[in-house]
Amino acid sequence: MDLFILMLAIPLVSGALLTVVGERAWAPNLNIIASLGTFLASALLTAEIVAAGPRFAFGEMFFIDSLNVFFVALTAFVGLTTSIFSGPYMRNEQEHGRLTRPRLRLYKSMFQLFMFTMLAALTTNNLGILWVAMEAATLTTVLLVSLYRTPASLEAAWKYFILCGVGIAQALFGTILLYFAAERVLGETGNALLWTHLVDVKGQLEPAIMALSFIFLLVGYGTKVGLAPLHNWLPDAHAEGPTPVSAVLSGLLLNVALYAILRVKVLADGAIPGGFAGNLMMGFGLLTLVVAAFFLSRQKDIKRMFAYSSIEHMGLITFAFGMGGAVANFAGLLHMTMHSLTKSAIFFTVGHASQKCGTQLMEDIRGLIKINPVIGWGLMLGTLAILGMPPFGVFASEFMILTHAMKHHPWATPILLLALGVAFASIFGKVQPMVFGETQAKPLPHAPAITPVFVHLAIVLMIGLYIPPYLTRWFHEAARMLG
Amino acid sequence: MSAVSLSTQLINLFASVILLLAFAMLAQRRVLPLINLFALQGLTLCLSTLVVAFTTGQAHLYGSAALTLLLKAMLLPWILHRLVRQLQVRADVEGLINIPATMIAGIVLVMIAFNVALPISQLSSTISRGTLGIALATVMLAFLMMIIRTKAIPQVVGFLAMENGLFLAATSATYGMPMVVELGIALDVLVGVIILGVFFFQIREQFDSLDIRNLEKLKEH
Repeated sequence: MDLFILMLAIPLVSGALLTVVGERAWAPNLNIIASLGTFLASALLTAEIVAAGPRFAFGEMFFIDSLNVFFVALTAFVGLTTSIFSGPYMRNEQEHGRLTRPRLRLYKSMFQLFMFTMLAALTTNNLGILWVAMEAATLTTVLLVSLYRTPASLEAAWKYFILCGVGIAQALFGTILLYFAAERVLGETGNALLWTHLVDVKGQLEPAIMALSFIFLLVGYGTKVGLAPLHNWLPDAHAEGPTPVSAVLSGLLLNVALYAILRVKVLADGAIPGGFAGNLMMGFGLLTLVVAAFFLSRQKDIKRMFAYSSIEHMGLITFAFGMGGAVANFAGLLHMTMHSLTKSAIFFTVGHASQKCGTQLMEDIRGLIKINPVIGWGLMLGTLAILGMPPFGVFASEFMILTHAMKHHPWATPILLLALGVAFASIFGKVQPMVFGETQAKPLPHAPAITPVFVHLAIVLMIGLYIPPYLTRWFHEAARMLG
Repeated sequence: MSAVSLSTQLINLFASVILLLAFAMLAQRRVLPLINLFALQGLTLCLSTLVVAFTTGQAHLYGSAALTLLLKAMLLPWILHRLVRQLQVRADVEGLINIPATMIAGIVLVMIAFNVALPISQLSSTISRGTLGIALATVMLAFLMMIIRTKAIPQVVGFLAMENGLFLAATSATYGMPMVVELGIALDVLVGVIILGVFFFQIREQFDSLDIRNLEKLKEH
């Protein structure tokens, strides 16, 4: 059977299946097996694309090249580790009486459907379907954000739905404008939204329309990336939803939304002379970075703080892609990978830590290293990694972004350094007492799943020390496609 | 030639009715008449799409007209009516809107929308290009409605009206998006409204009201 079809079919079918059997005792295992199947299919698909080059599926509806297959593999991997993590985590939540069986069923089936929408958004060739899949991703997660049904979680879910809905409506207007520009060149053949056709004629697209279209698309999808000033939904949704949902929102959804922007940026760059799209992205990226860095120091809730850290990193990545060119694109892609892996690992440990201490308030979480050294060290190492300490991989990508900025955009360097410095001080100052302070917390009924945390951190560490040549080639190839 | 100009006039007429309905929705304080106005806007949108389809012979536009009729003039208003009945919010009246000020803000938005749309519609060659400004104005008025409303259902109606405006923009600038995309968008809108329906019950259970001013606790301190 075709690997691609298998990769999309597994989450879709298992998502439907879990709505029926999601309350059985073995349902969490089905969730893991389905995620494992998706991951294996995507890994084999990646090998196929690396060996044989880009390919289509279902006529020209889907298109897989070295750029999106890299995101596909990452998405499927984080999906797998999150499903492993969520098994014991959700059982603990159930025993604490925070969740009921029907809600766990909803969680598992929506999780699989969310994976399906992410993978569909990544692999579609049609920019209209990309929009549809992005909106579907919001819809599958909105009930997950409100899973605890607390007043705060309902508010977070409502904000998430409305803000992302408004944002995505702007992206639809951008898509309509893009279609309008393309139809003038490609005619009414129905191919005018297919990216592979658009990229061939990108030089002929009307610059005025493309500029307007790119602004709408950047603001629209940027809302989902968490770019300031439309980032307000993100900390609420991350803090109030269950931790596995925070992990996939931060590690995957933000990436996929940014991927959508990158695809249209390629077209906008071809149509508009003078680096208009790149400058816009650099501006938004820097603004986001600075806003997030200064909000970081005021946080009291641990998940909220790391949500702001996600916004900060998304700002940095957007800035990197805005600079453009082989080095910055390479650094941007590397940073996206490192951020996904590190941030989801952090959310895994944070989930267990707050479960142990029964709170998400940082001043009440103390002495993790004494209650459970593994979680304590996991949080400490994850924090050091996300703050860009060597030898972790985040250091490598941040270093590349900084040196590239110094060389080509020196005016931005002080802003970048200031923001990264403020972020470092805020996060490290708060995590240190949580890990090393005094405590009287009790152990949990179900032993936490710690493997995913250290698998993620090990990969981040390995890439910081040594990037395998096939990975470098792959990143280079993807970076070259971004122009 | 005269047939084309008649249909252009019809399209412009329908588009102005849509804009008028957008203003009417902005000023409507009661929830049930608001849903009816939304249904009427969907119906007008369907009629205008039919005229474009008939004049240009674009077969797929008949499909999108049928989809609009089914979804926006019938199914969504029906779901919203049911929700209002089940949630017993029939008597929900928005208190705090200053209608004259809202109308003036709306007029300013319409002027902005026409100015933004002008350069694009000059590049377009469709018979309905004149309505692009109206489409953008409808989107902006719906956006304004979402900002000023304090009850959950009117906010959602605003959200759906925004989608109406976007649909009008697609038919006026380009004779509509490819059918597969339109079907996908319709599916998203439908699923979105159903999920929101579930969500409303959760909100009501928690707060005993659908006033979203209850949902303003999460802030940076």
